[in-house]
Amino acid sequence: MTDNHQTLALLLFSSFVAVTLAITTWVSRNRRGSAEEFYAGGRLFSPMENGFAIAGDYMSAASFLGISGLIALFGYDGLLYSVGFLVAWLVVLFLVAELVRNCGRFTLADVVAARMRERPVRIAAGTSSVTVSVLYLVAQMVGAGALVALLLGGEGEAAQAWTVIGVGALMVVYVSLGGMRATTWIQIVKAVLLMGGAIALTVLVLVRFHGDFDQLLRTAAERSGHGDDFLAPGLKYGGDWIARFDFISLGLALVLGTAGLPHILSRFYTVPTARAARRSVVWSIWLIGGFYLMTIVLGFGAAAIVGPEAVRGSNAAGNTAVPLLALDLGGGAASTGGTVLFAIVAAIAFATILAVVAGITLASSASVAHDLYASLRRRRSGPRSEVAVARAAAVGIGTVAIALGLLARDLNVAFLVGLAFAVAASANLPVLLYSLFWRRFTTRGAVWSVYGGLIPSVVLVLLSPVVSGSPDSLFPGVDFQYFPLQNPGLVSIPLGFLAGWLGTVTSAEPPDEAKHAETEVRSLTGAGAV
Amino acid sequence: MDVRFDDPWYDALASGWGELDGTGGVAPVGSAAREEGRGAADVYVEVQRSAAFQEVRRRYRRFVIPGVAVFFSWYVGYVVTATTAPGLMARPVVGAVNVAMLAGLGQFLTTFLFTWAYVRHARLRRDRAALDLRWDTQELTRELVGGER
Repeated sequence: MTDNHQTLALLLFSSFVAVTLAITTWVSRNRRGSAEEFYAGGRLFSPMENGFAIAGDYMSAASFLGISGLIALFGYDGLLYSVGFLVAWLVVLFLVAELVRNCGRFTLADVVAARMRERPVRIAAGTSSVTVSVLYLVAQMVGAGALVALLLGGEGEAAQAWTVIGVGALMVVYVSLGGMRATTWIQIVKAVLLMGGAIALTVLVLVRFHGDFDQLLRTAAERSGHGDDFLAPGLKYGGDWIARFDFISLGLALVLGTAGLPHILSRFYTVPTARAARRSVVWSIWLIGGFYLMTIVLGFGAAAIVGPEAVRGSNAAGNTAVPLLALDLGGGAASTGGTVLFAIVAAIAFATILAVVAGITLASSASVAHDLYASLRRRRSGPRSEVAVARAAAVGIGTVAIALGLLARDLNVAFLVGLAFAVAASANLPVLLYSLFWRRFTTRGAVWSVYGGLIPSVVLVLLSPVVSGSPDSLFPGVDFQYFPLQNPGLVSIPLGFLAGWLGTVTSAEPPDEAKHAETEVRSLTGAGAV
Repeated sequence: MDVRFDDPWYDALASGWGELDGTGGVAPVGSAAREEGRGAADVYVEVQRSAAFQEVRRRYRRFVIPGVAVFFSWYVGYVVTATTAPGLMARPVVGAVNVAMLAGLGQFLTTFLFTWAYVRHARLRRDRAALDLRWDTQELTRELVGGER
């Protein structure tokens, strides 16, 4: 890419960083340093603000870059992804959002621990939440790296690594200084930018095809070299039965995982009531649904206008399809329009990544400080020291994610996110649903259900072709691949539910009727909610 | 989509509570817990056993369970069909638009519809009764801890 692109994109990006830094300092000027303030932003966001923030948290680099890239390369199979991401919100809306808001304080473990012996349950749920967050963070870091590589062209190997480090470090600063209030405002700004950028590009694509969606699809199919197959499922997941099961597995993980994502759950605590939580989910469903509808146009647009070959040539996993599309829509690489549009899209994508990194870092630091540290420490100490631990944890988690992000550079972002969803669906969702809805659920059931989902999902990933035994693996040189599927969801999600049931029925202690009554009454009425 | 509904927590004193359909009003929780020597846990057990709470829970479950069953099987059906019967999904309907495209867009449409239906049901059938119960429960616990809250 030319110098113009770089300068302009860097300028726009720096202004986003400046604006968000200003927001961070401004909203935290009177910060009291309480846990309520750090984890939940004082619980005073409006449903609309929170709805935008949820959408901002959810529409990650995986959506903007990953899904449209998959559509550009594989056609309809990329679209299958986005459907799962959206339908998942019905699970959140129907079963989780209001009840979690009513029962918990800051984290997923709060909801479960209210009914059970606190210590083992908090350690289990905290561990799984941190695991999910780190996986998700790695995906964002990889997305950031891919974007910089595109900006700087082939010479940017070192620059790519430095960007990943820079992005991570910057967000750690935001989070540890500004807490939930700053993070929420970053999400809102980012969601507005992202929606704006997506709308602009979608309109340009549709104008290019004179508003004829049919013509767009036909051109994309022609250009792809696959003909009509491009518009039907099967190009990526159609081959052998392993590939098909892999997709079913991924589909399950996507639809069930969202409701177990720690950074999504923690967003419900930033509004005052369950009703406000419901209204924020409705806002976010409209935003997210609209956004994914636009990624369909963008993905097929990239296939039709840029062409899959050029997309693949720039990034094998397709992560750079949308920036390339912007370049073309603006008039090509040599034109001012192309340069400007490309720079805007690149800056938005950066902003997207930064914001999501902030959201996850915050949620996982809450899990570390509020669940793990609070359970493992020996003496009781004040909430102020818990916030200090959370700030330190943000730094630690950021470092781990940066290191893994550098390692996993060449994996498709959407696919990495699929793994995070699988772990969330296997380890977090079963324990959450059982706690909210099952009268006989016990402490042992809760602990078993978390580990029974977490351990199989992580082990299956380690034994899968993602890590070893195929040319695309993390370690292509070695082969300890014993599990054929890339996504473990199909096996590990049922295992999580099964382990929870098994732990409960074999448990010696009787279920605590009174605590169940309390959870049920509180979850459905909001009595005693903080 | 009607997303304009008021939050009772803020608008408790405002008139025009929203359109209750006549079934919204529920009898208050009994006063047995006001007797001496009861803990907060007993309050929750008592509220849980009250007819008012059972009604709220029944309304919630009778909407949510079938709802989840329907959208979940529709989604799983879609994913399984897309992976196992690509031939069916590739059948053209109008121009370049095929069955798969219609099914995918149909998933978007039904998600929006389910969202709308859930919110409407919660607003009309559950919110008022749940809020009454919330006050009653908090009133009972407050009496127990001696007006501390």
